Amino acid sequence: MRFRLIFTAGLVLWLTGCSGQQSALNPQGPHAEHLANLFWVFTAVCSAIWLAVMIVLVIGLARRAPARLDPLQLDRGRERRSVIMVSGTVVGTLLTVIALTALSFVSQRRLFAPDKPAITIKVTGLQWWWDVRYETDSPDQIVTTANEIYVPVGKPVAVKLTATDVIHSFWVPSLMGKLDLIPGQENELQFTASRPGIYRGQCAEFCGWQHAHMGLVVVALPVPMFQTWLSSQSLPAAEPEDPARKKGQEIFVSKACFMCHTVRGTSAGSRVGPDLTHFASRQTIASATLPMSRGNIAAWVLDPQGIKPGVNMPNVPLTPDELESLVSYLEGLR
Amino acid sequence: MSTQAAAQEDVRDTHLDDAELHARLTRTWRTGTSLIERLSSVDHKVVGRRYILTAFFFLCLGGLSAVAMRLQLARPEAKLLGPDLYNQLFTMHGTTMMFLFAVPVMEAFAVYFVPLMVGTRNIAFPRLNAFSYWIFLFGGLFLWVSFLLKVGPDVGWFAYVPLSGPEFSPGKRADVWAQMITFTEISALAVAIEIIVTVFKQRAPGMTLDRIPLFVWAMLVTSFLIIFAMPAVMVASTMLILDRLVGTHFFNPAEGGDSLLWQHLFWFFGHPEVYIIFIPATGMVSAIIAAFARRPVFGYLPLVLSLIAVGFLSFGLWVHHMFVTGLPQLGSAFFTASSMLIAVPNGLQIFCWVATLWDSRPVFKTPLLFVIGFFFIFIIGGMSGVMVASVPIDTQVHDTYFVVAHFHYVLIGGAVFPLLGAVYFWFPKITGRMLSERLGKWNFSLAFVGFNVAFFPMHILGLQGMPRRVYTYLPEMGWGSLNLLSSAGALVLFTSFVLLLVNVILSARRGPTAGENPWDAGTLEWATTSPPLPYNFSRIPFVTHREPLWDNRDSLPVITGLSVDTRETVSGTLTEAFPEIRENSPEPSIWPLLAAIAVAGTFLGSIFTPWAVVWGSIPVAITLTCWFWPKGTPEDEK
Repeated sequence: MRFRLIFTAGLVLWLTGCSGQQSALNPQGPHAEHLANLFWVFTAVCSAIWLAVMIVLVIGLARRAPARLDPLQLDRGRERRSVIMVSGTVVGTLLTVIALTALSFVSQRRLFAPDKPAITIKVTGLQWWWDVRYETDSPDQIVTTANEIYVPVGKPVAVKLTATDVIHSFWVPSLMGKLDLIPGQENELQFTASRPGIYRGQCAEFCGWQHAHMGLVVVALPVPMFQTWLSSQSLPAAEPEDPARKKGQEIFVSKACFMCHTVRGTSAGSRVGPDLTHFASRQTIASATLPMSRGNIAAWVLDPQGIKPGVNMPNVPLTPDELESLVSYLEGLR
Repeated sequence: MSTQAAAQEDVRDTHLDDAELHARLTRTWRTGTSLIERLSSVDHKVVGRRYILTAFFFLCLGGLSAVAMRLQLARPEAKLLGPDLYNQLFTMHGTTMMFLFAVPVMEAFAVYFVPLMVGTRNIAFPRLNAFSYWIFLFGGLFLWVSFLLKVGPDVGWFAYVPLSGPEFSPGKRADVWAQMITFTEISALAVAIEIIVTVFKQRAPGMTLDRIPLFVWAMLVTSFLIIFAMPAVMVASTMLILDRLVGTHFFNPAEGGDSLLWQHLFWFFGHPEVYIIFIPATGMVSAIIAAFARRPVFGYLPLVLSLIAVGFLSFGLWVHHMFVTGLPQLGSAFFTASSMLIAVPNGLQIFCWVATLWDSRPVFKTPLLFVIGFFFIFIIGGMSGVMVASVPIDTQVHDTYFVVAHFHYVLIGGAVFPLLGAVYFWFPKITGRMLSERLGKWNFSLAFVGFNVAFFPMHILGLQGMPRRVYTYLPEMGWGSLNLLSSAGALVLFTSFVLLLVNVILSARRGPTAGENPWDAGTLEWATTSPPLPYNFSRIPFVTHREPLWDNRDSLPVITGLSVDTRETVSGTLTEAFPEIRENSPEPSIWPLLAAIAVAGTFLGSIFTPWAVVWGSIPVAITLTCWFWPKGTPEDEK
């Protein structure tokens, strides 16, 4: 029941959060807001300068100074005036540059000052999905999920970023600027979501064939709902009861699925692909590429190479019956 | 035999009449008409023309790959190109435009015009010059033939490790990229050395440092940038090849290597690279403005100093390509400061040009139109450059279409527009015929409109969250209409280049003849026939002014005393260009071509086995030995 509630709540949020969901100009947290403001200040200053230069240029071209017969005959007075004008504008440029540098530096200090985070999430980038792990003090409470990051509204969140294959970049523009995930290195990014909502993000560093479809979503929930979500995620998968799902589970642990995926509470425990223990509680499948639905699950299981060519998940031959049961099983992983 | 006899007579140009002088100099300097003689040519104009045409050929290929990408991105989830082909195409586009078009075309213009502008008869080290052209040609063909054979590199023109490393890019694709770098770097370094020596030692007497044309200054600074920047990427690409080919672990963090090291090395080259492309363009802008504003450019000294300042500063910016890799905050902030600081010398140049145009009655011919387009577009690129220089802002726009927009504004606005202006400006000198003004104005208008429609929307797309290097995007992202607009603009821009091609082909045959100095410009390249004779100048000019042809309206003072039966040039002092010795310029030779073939074969083989370096060194050694074999030239006997 609780899970249903969250799912419906999530769906509503999904619909409301849809407009301009992945945009730096649609800030939904203090960091992104600061960045957007800084961006507009720079844009205003730069546009003004550009406009000024263009106006001077156009006037200069239009004013038709007297033609000179000898190109070397320069007027001393005018040359001196040009010296003054050019020197003045150079000094102006220098002062503008210093001011903008200072502004940038102050913002940088404020934006990247480490805060004490309410939660710490470890995100590992892989070709072409995100492994997400909530760190807690007690190991049995560690929550593992994929491609979706749930965060409590209004709380500072720290994301520890690393990669195990190639370089990726974590970017949820409406919450914070991006930061790379680099093999052999751990970077930390902090952000806070001001409002409940679903914020889409995407890998921003070219990482191979499916770089274009390496999306993720951040789901910001009110604190109590977040706690509910977190505790539900730490449970193992519920044992299937009806026969179709039971059969689906058998297929999952006997066909290729279990060689890459984990479903806690079953014998499938491989960590090559995303953890699927609470798969159906997610908003999307295939790294925020398809909305969660029975039809999309079937399509993805049947033909991942058609949807995301080059993806590491193979096309597994299944009979229609097997597919039906498997999809039912996956749909039940809430 | 007759050459030998003439040399013994030691005929000088002092007292020869014009017809006799022309006959003898032509016999000495000309490139023969047989195939072997053509392939042996060391005339900087012949090599320069080949360089320019080849670079524009690669521009066509790079442009076509851009059009293919824009067609794919015009609609969300389009199925025109898959990720495999798309990734190859954007890699080919970037690599071709940077390494096979932008840098070579600037060097090509330098190879053609620097010797003319400084008043000498050939570039320094002309055989090296021929060699560098062949290496460039082979490197470019190698890349594109690989692409046609479906082993085109697909790791981006930046080839970040680990993606380009042995584990994640099996096969030969990344090797093709890395080895192509080696080819083009060798040719770029060779030309850089030739330009520096030509400018330092072969300037016409009287051309003191403060009389060097601004385009030549720009090429001199560029050449130094090449010499200091290119080795970084050669080291990097060699380390990458070693990682891939013989299992070193320079970039493998699991074995103590470092994946960020690649980025430091690559961008230590990559940022100066931008200025290697842009600085020559500033020289073109100066040349065009002087000619069409009908006066010398205002602020010669500040312009030269800002070129040098930009050159130095360009080496202190590379980290701004790495602001989101998690480097220390304070360190990054320094690179914000240096990146913004470079706006000062660049701004100074713009202000000097604007001041020049203010005090003038400009003649609005096509070259000047392109320069005006340059101001409009390049300054937008400079301004968005100031924005991406800020660490916080960069965390949002880095690796998005905002940056794609930014650097196309900088590179197309800052380099290609001046270059197109330069094509219209110097085409009469190279071919002897004028390009059509009517087509030229159409060309400019379409390029200007097409460019802005294609690239301005990308700023907005980037801010709306569209990352770079994606082969497609989901319909619900809402990026469809701006992408469609951008693709339409790209087609218009492409059409403008088709017009240029049509104009060039038609005008080269039927255009009005140009005469020596169709624009009434002031620098020395206009003091000779169009196209220039094989020996450039019948007598070496004596330079009395920064704009010699404006200072000496009737006839240019010349110096005499050069032998006409051997390839003599004047070599002078660095600062004053005071003539010191008569120096013989090398004769044509087929060996640079053969050496280039041997080197190319070695590089090609080394993709497959390290032993190719060992066995390949034998033909390389043989061809180089023959190339440098002393022939007992008249100079040596004197």
